[in-house]
Amino acid sequence: MLTIENLHATVNGKSILKGVDLDVKAGEVHAIMGPNGSGKSTLASVIAGNEVYEMTKGNILLNGEDINELDAEERAHKGVFMSFQYPVEIPGVSVTNFIKTAINSSRKAQGLDDMPASEMLKKIRQKAALLEIDTKFLSRSLNEGFSGGEKKRNEIFQMAMLEPKLSILDETDSGLDIDALKIVANGVNKLRNKKNAVIIITHYQRLLNYIAPDFVHVLHNGKIVKSGTKDLAHELEAKGYDWIKQESI
Amino acid sequence: MELKEKLLDSHLAFEEQSEVNETIQDFRSRALRVFEKNGFPTKKNEAWKYTSLGSLINKDYALFPRTDTGIELKDVKPYFLYEIDTYKIVFIDGVFSPFLSETTHDGLDVCLLSAALSKNKYKPIIDKYFNKAAAKDESMTALNTAFAMEGAYVYIPKSKVSEKPIEIVYFSTGKQKALWLQPRNLIVVEENAQVQIIERHQSLTSHDVVTNAVTEIHTHKDSIMDYYKIQNDLDTASLIDNTYIVQERNSHASVHTFSFGGKLVRNNLNYFHKGQNIMSTLKGLTILKGNQHVDHSTLVNHSKPNCDSHQDYKGIYSENSKGVFNGKIFVDKVAQKTNAFQQSNNILIDDKATINSKPQLEIFADDVKCSHGCTIGQLDEDTLFYLRSRGIPRKEAKALLTYAFANNILQSVQINVLKKRINGQIAEKLGVNLGFDL
Repeated sequence: MLTIENLHATVNGKSILKGVDLDVKAGEVHAIMGPNGSGKSTLASVIAGNEVYEMTKGNILLNGEDINELDAEERAHKGVFMSFQYPVEIPGVSVTNFIKTAINSSRKAQGLDDMPASEMLKKIRQKAALLEIDTKFLSRSLNEGFSGGEKKRNEIFQMAMLEPKLSILDETDSGLDIDALKIVANGVNKLRNKKNAVIIITHYQRLLNYIAPDFVHVLHNGKIVKSGTKDLAHELEAKGYDWIKQESI
Repeated sequence: MELKEKLLDSHLAFEEQSEVNETIQDFRSRALRVFEKNGFPTKKNEAWKYTSLGSLINKDYALFPRTDTGIELKDVKPYFLYEIDTYKIVFIDGVFSPFLSETTHDGLDVCLLSAALSKNKYKPIIDKYFNKAAAKDESMTALNTAFAMEGAYVYIPKSKVSEKPIEIVYFSTGKQKALWLQPRNLIVVEENAQVQIIERHQSLTSHDVVTNAVTEIHTHKDSIMDYYKIQNDLDTASLIDNTYIVQERNSHASVHTFSFGGKLVRNNLNYFHKGQNIMSTLKGLTILKGNQHVDHSTLVNHSKPNCDSHQDYKGIYSENSKGVFNGKIFVDKVAQKTNAFQQSNNILIDDKATINSKPQLEIFADDVKCSHGCTIGQLDEDTLFYLRSRGIPRKEAKALLTYAFANNILQSVQINVLKKRINGQIAEKLGVNLGFDL
């Protein structure tokens, strides 16, 4: 699904990623953990195509295709989705209108007509139910005045609507209480299948109690310094990140 | 001959043809003297610092054009709210078009100002309201008053709710040389009455036309008046709009100004309060490109206690376009408990676009709530990335955000068909179709 080779990236001339290699296959869930400032969110943004970051070396392949030069919207059309740590507020555009625009933009890029309104509504109702979202919520302006939990649930709702091949969840657990965390995790689990893949970016292993990863990687100082199974997450939880930092020196 | 001289010289001939009483003649000659003394405003005048009429007044204009009667409804239908039933007062090159109009005297008066000025039946109303709200010392208003003759006359009697909106439309054809038009509107909304009015100036071909319009509006106790100015003219048309609103107690007067086109547009919108518990609403949405220039100069004169005013102006400027917002709020020392709000938010799409935004608050009362804010910005890249990461291409993402930005100005439009129309115009101006209405 996703192959990252020797990825280097800078922001404002500052080197953040210093040679990341990662291989994610369809059907897998990978967790990328690491201390603050290790480059986790940068990695997510670079995969999603944020132009603030400059890729200076390496390759990002999606299903064997080089996507290095693609714009964020083109990557989205190819099935890349990123759930934001801080989703932006867009006053004046409802959740429903926003998701309609997003879905139909992707369809247009694939040469398809707009999704028929009845089909769209049906899908919206189904996915809203999956994430226990009240339909009244859908007519509110996107993220405006939403609580932290509502914003994250709305991100996963959009993921459910867009049905991406590769989902990158950037710190989706931050700002969630335990009930919201369970709902979000449950949603993600139901959306998993043999054909898609999920990358979970997180500081804590809390979310991994609910979404079991196949692989856990530790990012430190712009490189993946350790990879393992979900046991590694437990080890990090118990011991913190200091031992990783020591080891990687 | 300079335009000023030409205007002054033509006045005698104008008066000779016009059948009005001495009072009106007196208004006109006084106003002419004000214009003669002051001339056209220049940038030296503080109120015209950012807007120059220089490029407009150096041409030779036809002042009293002959009408073109060759216009068919199908040619101009899109400029009317044809989906709904409305009263219409339509002028072509400054001359009333009975064919395109739908006037009435049935329960309310929607007719010609020229008729109201010359017929005895209307004299009490004319004596009471004509040239009462309009400024006497302002040059462009005085110039209009000097030639005040034709325009719309709307009278809504006590407790009458006009079932249909009223459309006031000024077409210009360009069949003659450059045109200088000076329409004059008088609107009187009596106690507890309600009316919705839409005003539009539209060139039918590319030709130089300058319209110097004056509208006087009086809203009485408990009345509601909603006025919509649609400014989406061709790049060869300019408009100087002078609107004066006098409100009595408990009345609500709102003006929405949609400025999407024209070469140069100046909106002088003035509110005066004559009682308590008045609500004044001023909303503006400006979307410009090319070399368009729009100047909004507002005044809310809070001279009575317990009144509210709410100003919300938004502007989206592309290419070389220029915007000006000059919002003056005056609060008299007796106007305690005034609640005056003013907001001017602007997006500059291109580097060469400019906006000059100037709030001007003069507050002489001590127990008031006056707030003002002004923002000038560009679309945020982080926000754009969020939309793009969901598959919405950059151009559509920008349009969606500017759409959203414009949204709350549309929300308060009371006529649904009009709201839909403007929504469509916004999409057209931004060059996209989002597939949904705001």
